[in-house]
Amino acid sequence: MSVISQPVPGVYGEKPPHGDNYINHSKGIFSWLFTLDHKRIGLMYMVTVLAAFFLGGIFAIALRTMLLFNSGGLAANLGGKSEFVANTYNQMFTLHGAVMVFLFIIPAIPAILGNFVLPLMLGAKDVAFPRLNLGSWYCYMGGAVFFVVVLGTGGLDTGWTFYTPFSTSYAHGAVTAATAGAFILGFSSILTGVNFIATIHMLRPKNMGFFKMPLFLWALYATSIIQILATPVLAITLLLLIAERTLGVGIFDPALGGDPVLYQHFFWFYSHPAVYIMILPGLGVVSEIIASFSRKHIFGYKFIALSSVAIAIFGFVVWGHHMFTSGQSDLLNAMFSLLTMSVAIPSAIKVFNWLATMYRGSIRLDTPMLYAIGFIWLFTIGGLTGLFLGALATDIHFHDTYFIVAHFHYVMVGSTLFAFLGGMYYWWPKMFGKMYDEKLGKIAWLLTFVGFNLTFFIQFVAGSQGMPRRYVDYPPEFAPYHHISTLGSYVLTIGLFLILFNWVQSLVKGRRAPQNPWGSNSLEWHAASPPIHENFKVTPEGVDPYDYRAWKYNPETDGYDYDEKLAKELAPAH
Amino acid sequence: MSDAHHDNHNPHLAHHFDTPQQQFDTAKMGMWVFLATEILMFGGLFCAYAIYRGNHPEVFEFAHQALDTKWGAINTVVLLLSSFTMAWGVRAAQLGQKSLLVILLALTLLGGVGFMVIKTIEYAGKWKHVSYDSPDAWYSLFIGERNAFYQKGGTLVNPEQAKAAKEYVGGHHGSDHDADHAEDQHTPDAPDTAVPTLVPVAAYAMPPAIDRATARPAPIGSLGTAPAYTGEYAAPVLERQLGIPENPGHSYPGFDELHAQDKSRVHIFFQIYFLMTGLHGIHVVIGMGLIFWIMVRAAFGAFGPSYYTPVDLVGLYWHLVDLIWIFLFPLLYLIH
Repeated sequence: MSVISQPVPGVYGEKPPHGDNYINHSKGIFSWLFTLDHKRIGLMYMVTVLAAFFLGGIFAIALRTMLLFNSGGLAANLGGKSEFVANTYNQMFTLHGAVMVFLFIIPAIPAILGNFVLPLMLGAKDVAFPRLNLGSWYCYMGGAVFFVVVLGTGGLDTGWTFYTPFSTSYAHGAVTAATAGAFILGFSSILTGVNFIATIHMLRPKNMGFFKMPLFLWALYATSIIQILATPVLAITLLLLIAERTLGVGIFDPALGGDPVLYQHFFWFYSHPAVYIMILPGLGVVSEIIASFSRKHIFGYKFIALSSVAIAIFGFVVWGHHMFTSGQSDLLNAMFSLLTMSVAIPSAIKVFNWLATMYRGSIRLDTPMLYAIGFIWLFTIGGLTGLFLGALATDIHFHDTYFIVAHFHYVMVGSTLFAFLGGMYYWWPKMFGKMYDEKLGKIAWLLTFVGFNLTFFIQFVAGSQGMPRRYVDYPPEFAPYHHISTLGSYVLTIGLFLILFNWVQSLVKGRRAPQNPWGSNSLEWHAASPPIHENFKVTPEGVDPYDYRAWKYNPETDGYDYDEKLAKELAPAH
Repeated sequence: MSDAHHDNHNPHLAHHFDTPQQQFDTAKMGMWVFLATEILMFGGLFCAYAIYRGNHPEVFEFAHQALDTKWGAINTVVLLLSSFTMAWGVRAAQLGQKSLLVILLALTLLGGVGFMVIKTIEYAGKWKHVSYDSPDAWYSLFIGERNAFYQKGGTLVNPEQAKAAKEYVGGHHGSDHDADHAEDQHTPDAPDTAVPTLVPVAAYAMPPAIDRATARPAPIGSLGTAPAYTGEYAAPVLERQLGIPENPGHSYPGFDELHAQDKSRVHIFFQIYFLMTGLHGIHVVIGMGLIFWIMVRAAFGAFGPSYYTPVDLVGLYWHLVDLIWIFLFPLLYLIH
């Protein structure tokens, strides 16, 4: 296949003939289960990851509802059933955390949006290793099966963190099955990371150096670095946990000379970088959306790109801030506290760059942009409260309270979930060739935004007043906090169901989408909506992804058409 | 960029790559990234080793004597030789020397088999099902009652706790159950499936409390010289096993010379030993499977100068497996 030096007239703006895209390229369930097409693998991930999200959400609603009824203490409300309720509550928050972390948040943006968009953004035909890509989806399904087995056989009540010695010596649930599932899921993450790194290094088109890539690719690159370096440490940690539980290895057992805090070190050495796996792709999505919906070149491209890598690197040296109250030495505590402050800097750089991008831009408040702006607001709150927690003195007070719960939900739900939803709306027309209902999208956004804040903002207050996390009952003075929080969770749920309804309705009877409804310039928008099986008829060259001038709005299609002559004039001579 | 038409006839060129060279370079990069993940995974175990060795040096000094340095050294040579034949095999594939390639891959596979055989010999010598109180218990992986499979319900508890808990719930042992039933019809049995509850046990072997107000770290160098022990293993390792005289006066503690709490910690060395060498052994077996697969493909003429990627990548994997052993061997067998 040769690379041409000029865009071919007529390629852009042409509607793909009905019946010639990657979705109906081949038929039958096995053409999906054995596909090597990254777009189909992205869709399969979408179905399964969203199913996991739904499952994790059920556990969340269950535990919030239990908390709604528990004020005044369990004994007062439930008579002799209190131990059963307490055990059930432990299962609910553990399963909510484990399912959401391992089956939803870590894979969501890289596996769904990354798999779909990355090769398109590079003008490539597929990722570097398509079979590994399919393998990573099967690893995901394998791990998911283990979690379902956990649900059926004894459940899990250790907390998603599996702290020793409870998980190794005393827990009666299906700890081994759950950790084995997480182990397999780790391979899904690792294989995706290997694939993305190789693809970004080797399959970039002509004229796309590293600093001409869209920022979403920088984000995925940094995420992949973390995935390959951190996830193996989780793998060995879980293996050690399983070995201790089944074989009597005493690595975490004090009676045998072991150290339970060592488990925490091993676990958080992965799990802290893991939270950057969760947030970095979201930061990339937001960069794309903010620039496109402000019709303005992203401000500070190099800073945003390099800060993604900086977050990845700094994220490896701060794991001890999860262990300030675990009995570490004072020196270690102080060092981790200081290093944690450094991680805030690249994140803040991004936020300022986005604001500078929006300043004097031509802002369009469509649904993806609402999620991106909501992201900025919620990520700022989440990030600033992270400073409270990174500072050693205040963390001693806040650790294991609802303040922590609120903080990580602000960054994981308010930020990553919102970025994920924004990205889904943004790339929805590309993936399916259908538009969603914009009005319904805005209403759903309002419900999710309000519901989310109702649920979690009050938890900052509750936590600072002393409400501990993972507790099933509480003194009556905390009741208003829990009532508001649970009410908010119901509002959030309604909003999320509206989003699902919007998407399903779009698939069934959505308006046909133009090739480029947003006027973005990264290469995936130069492909048809939905793309053909090979992505591009002719391999495109690299362009400046944030130069929107060559796209002209066409009111008939409510989309943008590419002016090739103008693009040639604007492109630098080579 | 040149439009090399003849590349399109290469049956191995995937549709999403422009040239075979790009495909090969990408595959190699992907393999190196994967090897990095393997290094990180073993790194966790090396870290655990380092922490335990740092915290319990006497335990390690005593316990490592049970490892036979001779077999470890032979294994090292075997793996190094197999790495050599593997690398030569990659060269043979590059030059299109098909029968040489198959022979070399077979030799590499033989090296892997030899490694696993020696590993089995070593493991077998340590695999003894002994009772917890036996003086030989220190080197057994499945240490009798400490083994989770040995206990009711699979829940792992400290054996002293298990004993005390059994007494707490009525003291009925499995073997006595029928006898009690026969005699005592009106005494209700404690349920035999009761999982031991968390009962603090006076016999729980906690290490002696340190008075933090007056404790001082040992003076530098005081832990460096081993005291003159007189136990069974007092003779230096190399002298005992290979007849090579070591530093005079340097000897190792016997089991009885260890502190009380260290006696129950000895099998941590073995658990780390079994975990590290076991995980390594699993990787050797995986490598053997891969080598067998490409050996069969090579016999059918699948590889030549235009396509030898699988040989190269499996070679990289095998070199990593060898490299991990190069680190394991000194850490576990040699240093004292």
